[in-house]
Amino acid sequence: MENHIQIRNLNVRIGNTQIIHDVSLDIPDGQVTAILGPSGCGKTTLLRSMNRFLELTEDSHITGEVLLDGKNIYDQDVDVTEIRRRIGLLAQRPFSLPMSIYENVAYGLRIHRVNNSRNLKPIIRHYMELAGLWDEVSKRLHEPATALSIGQQQRLCLARGLALEPEVILADEPTSALDPISAQHIEMKLQELKEKYTIVLVTHTLRQARRLADHVVFMYLGEVVEQGSAKEVFENPQMERTKAYLQGSIG
Amino acid sequence: MDLQATQPQPTDQRAAGKILASRQRTERRASVLFKGLTLFPILIFLVILVVLIARSLPILQQKSLTDLLFGQIWRPSEGVFGFLPFIAGSLWVTGIAILLAAPVSILCAIFLSEYAKPVVRTTIKPLIDILAAIPSVVYGLWGVLVIVPWVGDSFAPFVESTLGFLPFLQSKNPTGYSILSGAIVLAVMVTPFIIAISYEVMRTVPRGYHEASLAVGATRWQTVRYVIFPRVASGLAAGVVLGISRAFGETMAVLMVVGNNPNIPKSILDAAYPLPALIANNYGEMMSIPLYDAALLGSALLLLIIVLIFNVLATLVLRKVTGKGQE
Amino acid sequence: MKKLTRRRLEESIALGFMYISLGLVTGALGWILLTLIIKGAPALTWSMVSQVPQGGFYLGKEGGILNAIIGSLYLALGGTMLALLFSLPISLGLNVYIHRKAKWALIVRSILDVLWGIPSIVYGAFGFTIMLALGMRASLLAGIITLALVELPIMIRSMDEVLRLMPRDIEHASYGLGATRIETAFRVILPQMLPGLVTAAMLAFGRGIGDAASVLFTAGYTDRIPTSLMDPTASLPLAVFFQLSMPYPEVQKRAYGAALILTIIVLLISILSRWIASRVSRYSVK
Repeated sequence: MENHIQIRNLNVRIGNTQIIHDVSLDIPDGQVTAILGPSGCGKTTLLRSMNRFLELTEDSHITGEVLLDGKNIYDQDVDVTEIRRRIGLLAQRPFSLPMSIYENVAYGLRIHRVNNSRNLKPIIRHYMELAGLWDEVSKRLHEPATALSIGQQQRLCLARGLALEPEVILADEPTSALDPISAQHIEMKLQELKEKYTIVLVTHTLRQARRLADHVVFMYLGEVVEQGSAKEVFENPQMERTKAYLQGSIG
Repeated sequence: MDLQATQPQPTDQRAAGKILASRQRTERRASVLFKGLTLFPILIFLVILVVLIARSLPILQQKSLTDLLFGQIWRPSEGVFGFLPFIAGSLWVTGIAILLAAPVSILCAIFLSEYAKPVVRTTIKPLIDILAAIPSVVYGLWGVLVIVPWVGDSFAPFVESTLGFLPFLQSKNPTGYSILSGAIVLAVMVTPFIIAISYEVMRTVPRGYHEASLAVGATRWQTVRYVIFPRVASGLAAGVVLGISRAFGETMAVLMVVGNNPNIPKSILDAAYPLPALIANNYGEMMSIPLYDAALLGSALLLLIIVLIFNVLATLVLRKVTGKGQE
Repeated sequence: MKKLTRRRLEESIALGFMYISLGLVTGALGWILLTLIIKGAPALTWSMVSQVPQGGFYLGKEGGILNAIIGSLYLALGGTMLALLFSLPISLGLNVYIHRKAKWALIVRSILDVLWGIPSIVYGAFGFTIMLALGMRASLLAGIITLALVELPIMIRSMDEVLRLMPRDIEHASYGLGATRIETAFRVILPQMLPGLVTAAMLAFGRGIGDAASVLFTAGYTDRIPTSLMDPTASLPLAVFFQLSMPYPEVQKRAYGAALILTIIVLLISILSRWIASRVSRYSVK
């Protein structure tokens, strides 16, 4: 199996606090990799290092490498917008852009000038269908995105990200702000999408990880304690900390 | 339906590279432009400062600074430029205006932030903002129509007959165009300004302090006096200082009611001639007299420096109090 | 028991003074507006707002102050447009391109506060000096430039305060899709913050249209409506000022009328901007 994203000796410091300690990791292609661990263990920071989002935080210092197809995304000659096009992000809560439902999905295509000036409508319909949103919004495409429910907005954000045909989807606790039904909806979508995309999922619910993950990374205090196939880690954890976490005594 | 048609057509590599390069170019240019333009305010400030200094240099080189600042006689046609009458005029008008405005403003701010019900607050605040939006000539007009006649016809004769033995209240000026009129108009003008700043300062006190004080049985006024006031005193002072600086530079309204007489005033019922009025009244017509131009720009420079000192002091204090600017 | 009544007394005295203060402030506002309406309303005839001064106008004969109304609108609109041209990129620069906590941003903000505090008569004198140095005469253009200088710090600081409230997560959602800063600024931040930015521009406009000291030497004064940027122009504040100093009651009455018109314009703008600020634009994300 190919490894699309490889992390080598990653250290992240924000201000004077070391958040990530010397993490090295391979994210397998075409699978769901779940990053698990108690809150504050650096899961989200690790995720945000993969699309160079940490640069938006002042005082962040990053050393080590994040390789995408063998190329370090932190290299000087790499364009950050290109990285973020290839690596999509689904955030904790849906952050709709201040424009219509239609324009939200078209946004990425417009800024990257994909299919320059050609009719975008069929494309947008395609991705809305992919995100399972089309039937609900096809009659109200030009209403503000905020007119949608939170669950619908999260699927809108998914469609918006998918429209750029990313290679990797980073999902940062994507269901934590949603009601159970919407959450289930998103989970189903992720389940379908892993056929085509590499998915990295940060989650703090063990059950979600059990349902979705093929590969599991367990973090604790900024370090990777254990990683392996979901089956191995869940059924036969090697490290004490992982066992404790899985049994619910830490985290 | 052909699925392929509904997906983005894979743009060929060269075209994609071109698009990316053009976006990067735009971004780089925008970055240089937007960051570079933040230099602009500093540039404006420096240019104003340099121009004023350069143009007032001739008089600064020919006369000593003490002669200029403390000279009591102003006769441009004879080359005598004593600024003291104007400085004194500005100080008088501003000083009395602030004495009138500061207590009223602070009491209003305390009421609005500590006593007023939300309904009252949301009605009164916009009214005060409206007061702040009224143009300065309108205040001046009101001064001419209302304050000047009142001072001239009622206040001055009354004070003269009852308190005329006090040096600051004597008057030989029957018109009402006086320091007092200027100060009253100015006080009304700066009040909304000081209220707005004081109110903002008061709101920075966390609600927990009120509750802690009220919980031990303090009255609201005691809470204000012993708990809140010590915390906001420096901020309120800064607000007043900003008010002073605002009043010091105010031109038109004062000019219209203050009498414009270049003598050192001895009483609040005398006419005075503040610095901004000096510039406004004479600046168009100073071309023919040597050094007049330099003298007037010198007074603009003086005005700028005084206002600058007040502003910087007040801003530093306010920044500390409200925590603004650290963010 | 005695202590308690003393506390009560203190409380009521303090409150009494507050009510008096509040009464003084609102009373002054009422008094000003009332004076303005009583004195100004009779002068508001149709010819007053539809005609420029005719022969003998300043002796109390025919004509109106259309020249000043149009002149003021030209000056304030021009000044606001010019200030906007700089304010928008500078406030975006301070909020999008330079980190908010950066030292440089702090310096620029402090300088802007200083510029805001400079009296407009100083801007007027400065503008006049520059104008002469360039060999220009008092004109609409010189007035517009000077007014823009007066409005600039007000507008930038107000826009800065507005942009400060931009929800970071929405901005980041745009970066997450690979947008550059400029793309995010124009496609996401501006639409989101539009009501606040419009309010800021209107605030500066209101300040500009009422400012007399800055246009006193730079815009000149004329009975004609300017037809080019190089023409001198009348303005409402100066119409009030000059006509009030005429010895004829008929002319002074027109000063009251001009003041009323000016105040109505300023108050309308103030109310309108408040209304816009309270309205979130259709697509803004709450």
